[in-house]
Amino acid sequence: MDFFDEMLDNGAPRESYASYHAWYESQDKKLLKRKMTEAEAVFRRTGITFNVYGKRDADERLIPFDIIPRIIAAREWARLTLGIEQRVKAINAFLHDIYHNQEILKAGILPSALIENNDAFLPQMIGVTPPGKVYTHIVGVDLVRTGADDFFVLEDNARTPSGVSYMLENRETMLQIFPELFSRNKVQRVNNYPQTLRQSLEACAPKHCTDKPVIAVLTPGIHNSAYFEHAFLADQMGAELVEANDIRIRDKKVCMRTTQGYTPIDVLYRRVDDDYLDPLNFKPESMLGIPGIMDIYRAGGITIANAPGSGIADDKAIYSYMPDIVRFYTGEKALLRNVETWRCSDPDSLKYVLEHLGDLVVKEVHGSGGYGMLVGPASTKAEIDRFAKKLRKNPSNYIAQPTLALSTTPILNKGELAPRHVDLRPFVLVAPDKIITTPGGLTRVAMKKGLLVVNSSQGGGTKDTWVLED
Amino acid sequence: MLGKTAGSLFWMFRYMERCENTARLTEAGFYIALTRSKSAEDEWQSIIKAAGMESKFETLHDTYDGPSVINFLLREKDNPASVRSMIDLARSNARTARTALTREVWEAVNEAWLNICEALKKPVTPKGLPEILALIKRQTALVEGALQGTMLRNDIFDFARLGMFIERADNTARILDVKYHVLLPSVSLVGGSLDNVQWETILRSVSANRSYRWVNKGAISPKSIANFLTLDRSMPRSLMFCQCEIAHNLGHLNRAYGTQHESQTLSEALLNSLQSQTIDSVMAQGLHEFITNFLRQNQALGAQIESDYSFYA
Repeated sequence: MDFFDEMLDNGAPRESYASYHAWYESQDKKLLKRKMTEAEAVFRRTGITFNVYGKRDADERLIPFDIIPRIIAAREWARLTLGIEQRVKAINAFLHDIYHNQEILKAGILPSALIENNDAFLPQMIGVTPPGKVYTHIVGVDLVRTGADDFFVLEDNARTPSGVSYMLENRETMLQIFPELFSRNKVQRVNNYPQTLRQSLEACAPKHCTDKPVIAVLTPGIHNSAYFEHAFLADQMGAELVEANDIRIRDKKVCMRTTQGYTPIDVLYRRVDDDYLDPLNFKPESMLGIPGIMDIYRAGGITIANAPGSGIADDKAIYSYMPDIVRFYTGEKALLRNVETWRCSDPDSLKYVLEHLGDLVVKEVHGSGGYGMLVGPASTKAEIDRFAKKLRKNPSNYIAQPTLALSTTPILNKGELAPRHVDLRPFVLVAPDKIITTPGGLTRVAMKKGLLVVNSSQGGGTKDTWVLED
Repeated sequence: MLGKTAGSLFWMFRYMERCENTARLTEAGFYIALTRSKSAEDEWQSIIKAAGMESKFETLHDTYDGPSVINFLLREKDNPASVRSMIDLARSNARTARTALTREVWEAVNEAWLNICEALKKPVTPKGLPEILALIKRQTALVEGALQGTMLRNDIFDFARLGMFIERADNTARILDVKYHVLLPSVSLVGGSLDNVQWETILRSVSANRSYRWVNKGAISPKSIANFLTLDRSMPRSLMFCQCEIAHNLGHLNRAYGTQHESQTLSEALLNSLQSQTIDSVMAQGLHEFITNFLRQNQALGAQIESDYSFYA
């Protein structure tokens, strides 16, 4: 397979990389290697780690960081942003519809079975309209590239997308170790993300809120894999970082226990899954949730971001209908393309998938983190046979996609440039009257040669992502 | 501020302070063991006793030999009060209170944790001990320095300092008590040369041997050392100094919040009773009785702070 190299075209740098490439060529390679160690020390000192479940001794790990930036031209970015905003607008309209009149089902665009039998669909949300009609306040749209103008959406993360702290810390680190690069290249800023997030959440505060809204970030606690990010965002927004046992419902308000008594919260940016949010309404055994918060929410007493039930939009089976969903709600053709997807629940598709397992990527509908998937071309005959069994047993649990020729960008490997596959997660903030996409996002990079899975739980790393100014 | 955050700040600084004190205590034991010609087991035992870890130690070890004591105090995983266990707890509280700390303080704690854990990976040999103790003291001092230099003087700062001084008062009192219990088993030894060496060790364990000499012009007597560690206002590890700081921080908190809590009443009573004492009156009632009483009051004060400011659900 041929892969699109984002930096080099037949050995010569592509336009967006020209200035960086010239700088790179002039650098002492030994020095660059040292900078790599320096960057790692910065991450370790600042405690930017993630926890890996089920590994006792190495429970806090650094995500590998690569010092070669990924560079996107202003023109390329402008086109992408249009597509992203269109898609996010459609996702919000879809969420409102699906919890109200369900026009899209009535119009026969989406089979109703897909909603009715879906765990991510919350009956408790039927008829609920959150302030400003915003359901998904923070969205991560995972993109992959296969050519100069070919971007595909790999998946939508409308539930609780993570990784934004890495985007910000990657930039901080680059600014620390290569300050000169930023005077040579005009890179669009990302560091106002926390302030923008705060403003965006404030704009979605409940109606009764006339003062400056009180914002809190709800975390499962210090053992959660993304705890660093939860603390980081709360800190940067000037919000409180709360756990369920800091919260009580008092006088029909959701309040946090402070050193001076209980104070009501107006907007809760929760980083806890739907199932765990409220033991009275969802999983009764959850210790992470707040009993009764759903009742206050439904009565309009608090804003929850993202709204419970948003996850139905990033379900992988719904994904395959996304171009239709965009057309239905915006009346326009989707600007961003979907990856061709076979729904294994459909007998014809299942037959095709089983016959072509060696060429396909098969994913669990509710899976994430690169777990429970099959990458056909990289699997052995035995692995494929084993997976085929699972697939036959429960076909509607799977979708399949062709193996994409993911673009590569170089990483610094033993002092040399070496191409590695990447994806991109831009972060999108939704307020009632505007949608803001932070220029760039999180680039995840497979650190191993040829590997197509970039997830951090699978050893993937990250790099700074530059969107150049015009 | 969240009650949980206040609790984490309070305990983070208690654990940091205890790390530092344990390092000082180990140093005192090491020093006396070096200056001994024969077995130093009694002294090592007194050190363990000062740390209040006798029963824990005896479940794990048969004899109070130097290497066992040193490793027990510094790095034993099964000892919840070893430096390694406590720096873990301090960092984990810092993680919980991350949003209340400046980047400098958080990085100082995180680095202390990284460096101390690294240094304590392998068993500590007598040869390597001085360097490791110096590292522990330096790393904890960096955290306190970052706190002083970068944090707003608000309630966050008050809770951090309250934890630090409640713990420090407790530690100094315990060290003094050991002198009574172990180092001074027989009245006939009072004033002898052995006695003076042991009192010096006490001073050393709170890093006060130099400052004591400045204040007292070189003369060493048990009474003036006891005075120095209990009632001297200029000595930053004395009971009086710690209680003055606690009263100050509680007063600041109450003014900022516009409240008057039970803990402030307790603190004022404790400070008043210290101020009404002289070292002669302390000795007259008995140093051990005085300390036992102080430890109980200091502990009650800590517990009252926890409940007044809703540290726990």
